[in-house]
Amino acid sequence: MRRALPILAVLVVLLAAIAIANPFILEPAGFLAFLKRAAPLVVLAAGQYFVVVSGEFDLSVGSLVTAEVVIAARLIDGDESATWPVLALLIVAGLLAGLVNGVLTTKLRVPSFIVTLGMLLVLSGAVFLWTGGAPRGALSEGFREFGRGGLGPVPWSVLILLVTGAAAIWLMRADFGRTLMATGDNERAAALSGVRVDRVKIFAFMLSGLSAAVAAILLGGFAGVSAQAGQGLEFSAITAVVLGGVVLGGGRGSVLAAMAGAVTLEALFTLLNLYGISGALEFTVQGVIIIAAVAAGAIRLPRKPTPRRGDAHAAS
Amino acid sequence: MPRPRAAVAVLAVLVAAGCTTDKPAATTPSAAPAASAQGSGTGAQSKFFVQADFDAQLGMRSQTPEGPANKPWEQAIAPKMIDTAQYKKDGPYHLCFSNAAVNNPWRQVGWKTMQAEVSLHEEIGKFTALDAEGKDDKQISDIAELQAKGCDALIVSPNTTATLTPAVAAACGKVPVIVFDRGVETDCPVTFIKPIGGYAFGADAAEFLAEKVPEGGKVLALRILPGVDVLETRWSAAKVVFDRSRLQVVGVEFTDGDAARTKSIVSDYIQRHGTIDGVWMDAGATAVAAVEAFEDAGLRVPPINGEDQQDFLQKWKDAGLTAVAPTYPTYQWRTPVIAALKILKGEEVPGTWNLPQPKVTSETLPAYLKPNMPPLHYALCGCEDLPGFPESWGGKKG
Repeated sequence: MRRALPILAVLVVLLAAIAIANPFILEPAGFLAFLKRAAPLVVLAAGQYFVVVSGEFDLSVGSLVTAEVVIAARLIDGDESATWPVLALLIVAGLLAGLVNGVLTTKLRVPSFIVTLGMLLVLSGAVFLWTGGAPRGALSEGFREFGRGGLGPVPWSVLILLVTGAAAIWLMRADFGRTLMATGDNERAAALSGVRVDRVKIFAFMLSGLSAAVAAILLGGFAGVSAQAGQGLEFSAITAVVLGGVVLGGGRGSVLAAMAGAVTLEALFTLLNLYGISGALEFTVQGVIIIAAVAAGAIRLPRKPTPRRGDAHAAS
Repeated sequence: MPRPRAAVAVLAVLVAAGCTTDKPAATTPSAAPAASAQGSGTGAQSKFFVQADFDAQLGMRSQTPEGPANKPWEQAIAPKMIDTAQYKKDGPYHLCFSNAAVNNPWRQVGWKTMQAEVSLHEEIGKFTALDAEGKDDKQISDIAELQAKGCDALIVSPNTTATLTPAVAAACGKVPVIVFDRGVETDCPVTFIKPIGGYAFGADAAEFLAEKVPEGGKVLALRILPGVDVLETRWSAAKVVFDRSRLQVVGVEFTDGDAARTKSIVSDYIQRHGTIDGVWMDAGATAVAAVEAFEDAGLRVPPINGEDQQDFLQKWKDAGLTAVAPTYPTYQWRTPVIAALKILKGEEVPGTWNLPQPKVTSETLPAYLKPNMPPLHYALCGCEDLPGFPESWGGKKG
């Protein structure tokens, strides 16, 4: 919680700025609508956090989201009875994509940046080939309920967001969280002290794949079928994580802060839109945040002589 | 915790920068209420706007096209016929087609329609098509490659207007060229086939809103991207109509053609203004998302325009919308094949072949809505009588 405080402070400032232009966000319904919109990105950021904190990247989540939405529409094709089997299939497909990313990264020693970039290209190419740019089929009302409907006044996506957040925090407090953090901080030391580094990393990638599946269900539900459903989400997720103060390279940062970073990023986008600034600027903003945050981290390093005890590369 | 604090500092600077440097930009679209006293909040006119073309297109809407009434793809508005005797030759013919791309549902539907049209004609011995995948450089080399293949006629659907002009001009010297959809900046092609055009599309939608939305009503205009000629014409025509009307355009936003973004933008505007009284769109692909934003907010859906895509037509019927759907008909993909054969047989064709561009209204909706077709199918494909319908277009026999 302590580590999430700075980003929460930023979030409060941004929300206040939004409230000045649009007081509706202060009302429960307005705030819930905002959270509903942020939910897919927050879930993705939680998944991305596990991968980043273990010292890797997952660039494939955006195209994984697109692929899952397009596949869901094609398989459901408006048939209500297909909803639950397809939902289960999407979850499995997400885990599977994460498994492939994780195994290639750990067992074949291909840098995760390359593995997941490759996965991004493979998936987006496959989606294009399969659909020819025009997705077929339709999502059922039952499927869309998760992104559109709610339990009384509370949208399902906000409930899913809360459950995901709780699960992520619980995971980081469990043994898995400690070994994951240790792996990201110093892989060799972790391995020498008995952590099954490969298994931990593979599990982190699978969590990221799972989060992409959940985000796909929420996004597909919110907006329907689109061949651009997940466009750019991988960068938004990484920006959110970095914004939450999680260190690229691993070993530092809290999952709560990462998720708060996602909400903050969404708030920033909302603010930009409120002030009539083109959506095209979102990528620019994300780029500036990533570079600035990493640079800010690097500038700090020399001032503290031993910021990272036993860095993996320094030790080898 | 040094690092998060550093990040906070960076972010604070960013936010501050965002608030100061971008302020002027912010005053253009969203400060519309202040400006509405003299303007309607539509901003400056597009630099793509050409008054003469605008007037011509709006005039063409009321003209009766010549040709068979049940085959709009063979009709032409005010045609000036051109003699093609010099191209006359005996069949079988080898037709070639340089396609800009098949990367969106509109081009998908059109491309299938064209292939089916080709299969109707026994005199076409061979049909060679190259897909430029949305790249100008590939299309330039495609056109050069096709010239070496012994084509009797070359059909071109240019990816962009200016860049493809020299390539098309070079091909004109060797084979009769037929251009459709987007044009080129040379009149060397034998014929240029197009529906009436973007001005008519934008004006059809805007005039509908001007009629249906109460005086002083708040209209939100949603555009895909700035700077694309075919989309700029649609918006610039709508701007002219809105400027003349008593409507208040409270926002002009870019959606990137993304459904989630469209829905978010519309939700934001609903929140900010309490309600929106009309929605204008430069393309129908995300119209359903815009409609859903009102539904999810528990509001009545105001007058809106979409396009002739099945998902919108279905929503229109199911939700009883007050709507109109201007079209950019996909049946225009049949015409180049017909034109090529006419040219090779030495028959006259119009120099500029203006196809009719109907709009779907609540009266004609039942005729265009075909529930067995996929959601992104375009109703004005003119493909119902073609072999392979509806399966080749992704539909189910029903």
